[in-house]
Amino acid sequence: MDFIIFLIACGVAFFTGSIAEKKHYQSIRTREAKIDFIPMITVDESELCDGMQRAEMVVGGVVVSCDFFKTTIAGLVTVFGGNISAIESVIDRARREATLRMQEQAQGADMLANVRLQTSTVGPFQVEAIAYATALYK
Amino acid sequence: MIITSIHHVPGKEIVEHYGVVNGSTVRSKHAGRDMMAGFKNFFGGELKGYTELLNESREQALERMTQQAMQVGANAIVNVRFATSSVAQGAAEIFVYGTAVKVL
Repeated sequence: MDFIIFLIACGVAFFTGSIAEKKHYQSIRTREAKIDFIPMITVDESELCDGMQRAEMVVGGVVVSCDFFKTTIAGLVTVFGGNISAIESVIDRARREATLRMQEQAQGADMLANVRLQTSTVGPFQVEAIAYATALYK
Repeated sequence: MIITSIHHVPGKEIVEHYGVVNGSTVRSKHAGRDMMAGFKNFFGGELKGYTELLNESREQALERMTQQAMQVGANAIVNVRFATSSVAQGAAEIFVYGTAVKVL
């Protein structure tokens, strides 16, 4: 009986989780296509940074969680070893979302220098991604 | 207070260094929001409550670092870096650090 409840829970979580993921990826793709291109570099010594007059630090952050189904899959894979692509997609979404939020804050800038991406956990299977950089204006 | 994550402030010159300043905060959301996050954890997706929590914590940590920099007499902080870690269920520590300088 317990196992049946577990399977139902997995099924519901799989259903809602894939819908949430699809919608999130759609939103990410539309925003990535729409946003104005700003050159991003991970260094600040480059000649590209010469002649800039103003700097402002911009940060984008997001917390995304894995659904119960993904958590179960991850538990299984850790027994046998290998890539957990279910979790990889969650981290990918979190990083792209954080980068997009950072770029949205920096609209109008001529360059984003010293871009740093950081991923960490704020709870079991909850991924926090932050992206921060300095927006440079001529 | 000018804050940048690069090693200089464009358009200005650094004339004095005051050393490393930092700000940190540990925050937790109240139990109601935590329960909602617990539900969302089952279904997957963005945890907006936690995102807000961490954004507020980041603001506060930056504010504390700025206070420290003002105390030593700086007017800018360069090479700022962030570090996040979870310290308990539903609580996260944000640590931000940089070099306090005077620019002209």
